[in-house]
Amino acid sequence: MGISISNISKSYKNVKALQDISFDVKPNELFGLIGPDGAGKTTLFRILTTLLFPDQGTATVAGFDVVGDYKEIRKNVGYMPGRFSLYQDLTVEENLNFFATIFGTTIDENYDLIKDIYVQIEPFKDRRAGKLSGGMKQKLALSCALIHKPKVLFLDEPTTGVDPVSRKEFWEMLKRLQQKGITILVSTPYMDEAALCDRVALIQDGRILQIDTPEAIVKHYPKPIYNVGSNNMYQLIISLKDYEFNHSVYPFGEFVHYTDSRTDFNPKELRHYLESKNLIDIEIEQTEATIEDTFMELAK
Amino acid sequence: MNKVIQVEGLTKMFGDFTAVDAITFDVKKGEIFGFLGANGAGKTTAMKMLIGISNPTSGKATVAGFDVYTHAEDIKKNIGYMSQKFALYDDLTVKENITFFGGIYGLSRKRIKEKSEALIKELGLEKVASQLVGSLPLGWKQKLSFSVALIHDPKIVFLDEPTGGVDPITRRQFWEMIYKAANQGTTVFVTTHYMDEAEYCDRVSIMVNGKIEALDTPKKLKEQFQAESMNDVFLKLARSPSPALPKGKGVNVGENYNNGTKSSPLGS
Repeated sequence: MGISISNISKSYKNVKALQDISFDVKPNELFGLIGPDGAGKTTLFRILTTLLFPDQGTATVAGFDVVGDYKEIRKNVGYMPGRFSLYQDLTVEENLNFFATIFGTTIDENYDLIKDIYVQIEPFKDRRAGKLSGGMKQKLALSCALIHKPKVLFLDEPTTGVDPVSRKEFWEMLKRLQQKGITILVSTPYMDEAALCDRVALIQDGRILQIDTPEAIVKHYPKPIYNVGSNNMYQLIISLKDYEFNHSVYPFGEFVHYTDSRTDFNPKELRHYLESKNLIDIEIEQTEATIEDTFMELAK
Repeated sequence: MNKVIQVEGLTKMFGDFTAVDAITFDVKKGEIFGFLGANGAGKTTAMKMLIGISNPTSGKATVAGFDVYTHAEDIKKNIGYMSQKFALYDDLTVKENITFFGGIYGLSRKRIKEKSEALIKELGLEKVASQLVGSLPLGWKQKLSFSVALIHDPKIVFLDEPTGGVDPITRRQFWEMIYKAANQGTTVFVTTHYMDEAEYCDRVSIMVNGKIEALDTPKKLKEQFQAESMNDVFLKLARSPSPALPKGKGVNVGENYNNGTKSSPLGS
């Protein structure tokens, strides 16, 4: 009851939105599609939810073909688009009732599935959806996507523009939905959220860069990576970029992640070089790669 | 004049709801100041008062030396502003956008021409200078719009979530532009939801329910809250019930979350 995608391509005029995409999402897996705006994430979601035909390739969702069996898919999946798309002038309760009725069910019948989420917005059930805060809209949209007890849930950038606290809470909700047996495909531009998925696909410019567990993706980073710090971040970045042996130089929080192009890199040499650039308080220490390091290395 | 933003007891009320609750802080020349907070904490309302488009209910604020009550128009001339939501006109070309914004800020034709050429060269946009901005990738647009926000050499530039959705390489190039501007003396006032970006700031303030609950360098904030990263600081501080929810319920909801999962997945 998962998702299977084979050689899907899609173009708009002269833009290749998706190029020969293939991967499977296992039943009950929490699978992340990680990539920036314009990577093709939404196009793939629209194809899988039967709202768009692929130019080439095939895909099945919960065992149904996205072209031939589109009616079955629509009954069996929940879809939360990136843009808020509920009825702004219906109340919270009316929206939920509306979606339940469309799918031939009632709020009561599947209440246990949405209870955790819905209780948080229930105090405002008579408020129009258009008047809700961003966080509450997101919870209502998720409730509406779940009300017919879908087998597969599609969430297109549910946490974009959301603060870290609300993002954390949203992921905790997803984990609980997964425990109830739902297969989840979720997209996000936040690389740190990749670590919360069972497996992820890194996507950019319509191509899959890598698919694996978050742990394996990080482990396969090809080079030793160093945290470099100093008293002046801007001068440090400029100096490292000027260093003839640099392979990559990316600011990461209070440090710069540095990799060297040589195999016999000696941190002492780099220290001398940075000292010659009048930097002080220099720190150089080997560190672990992150998903973002891997993404940038692959996207280079 | 070393302090380019001075705010004291600044407050904004909508009816009986206090959106910004007596905030006080200074920002120094050339500083990169991170203005953080959860959605609905009051950041946008505070920023609107500082850029001269919303009148405070009470309190004092000067921006670039001008009073927000009496000299809002002078403030607008002396600051740059860029947000993720609105930055450039998609149906004007790169050059037209630069010319338009240069004109708005009263630059002479000669100056606009110079600026335009320098800016296009610096960003490597020579090949697309006559293309519509709408056809450019998001990352290019954001870098261009930052440069356009600086076209009139403002003392301060306000950036409202400038990097949302941008790929990680471009996001870093963007921050290098911010460092460069700050290094040349421009003050940068920035909001972001990326907590690694909070670490790039000289000082950071965190708003919770209309108040500034913490303000210091990222390093000192991490010490103060015994946290490993700014993300942890943020979670410790901003993890109060949503202001829109009745208090009792909000607290209960929070507790359920903690019991429902083994550990905080984003905190590690």
